[in-house]
Amino acid sequence: MPLRLHSLASPARFDRFARRILPWTWVLAALLIPCGLLWGLAFSPADYQQGDTVRVMYVHVPSAWMAMACYALVALLSASFLVWKHQLAGIAALAAAPVGACFTATALVTGSLWGLPTWGTWWVWDARLTSVLVLFFLYLGYIALAGSFDDRSRGLRAASILAVVGVVNLPVIKFSVDWWNTLHQPASVLRLDGPAIHASMLWPLAITAAGFAAFFAALLVVRIRSELLAWRIEALMRRRSAGAA
Amino acid sequence: MAEFLDMGGDAATVWPAYGVTIAVLTGLLVASLRTYARRRRDLERLERTGRDNR
Repeated sequence: MPLRLHSLASPARFDRFARRILPWTWVLAALLIPCGLLWGLAFSPADYQQGDTVRVMYVHVPSAWMAMACYALVALLSASFLVWKHQLAGIAALAAAPVGACFTATALVTGSLWGLPTWGTWWVWDARLTSVLVLFFLYLGYIALAGSFDDRSRGLRAASILAVVGVVNLPVIKFSVDWWNTLHQPASVLRLDGPAIHASMLWPLAITAAGFAAFFAALLVVRIRSELLAWRIEALMRRRSAGAA
Repeated sequence: MAEFLDMGGDAATVWPAYGVTIAVLTGLLVASLRTYARRRRDLERLERTGRDNR
């Protein structure tokens, strides 16, 4: 019982925190995303080799970054849920996973659309593409596992273990382009000796990425609150059916 | 404008990529907000009926 009282304190603190940051994240997302996308579509230059297809980068790259960042967050929260029994952390991971899955799907689809004119194929089983597909399946596996137990906490525990184990896939994605000969190009922004792309393309990319991050934060807050409601509803129903019996 | 929409002949690559991204993110946003609203209503109803029964 003391454990449960302790874990109730955190959602209340979270709610106060959420109320403070939520308006700012929505405003940031609503300003940055249209600005970044419009810049990328209309005001950034076409590539000298790729022509206008390079504009896919402004949706593809931020999506892929968010897909990975979100997985890192899910794994971290899951570990904290498993190790310290921090229930809010587990619930937050559960709220974040579908968002990460959507970003991964977007990265995969936009990547395919970009690959067709650039590589002459929409899909190859190279290390980068395959490891990102594995990331997508990890998300789906996590979501399915979390929902496949009658007892929500047991499902969440099982899924959290999968999330933590799956974290080995993140360095594989990041370094796949260096470790193997991939059709996918190596990193051109997040590299040790600085970005290798021109400022006229880096700016819209950075703005869209910041917008996606703000959108993710706002959506995550809403989804955590929603998940907390679901757990309260279930606890209430269980108490009632126990009282009625 | 027509030139902008044509995307240097790559309209079939650029527009679907932006379309898919915006559609997926908007869909997720709408679904999340609707689920949140539904759960709030459900919880309120549950708490109300709980008080009536007591």
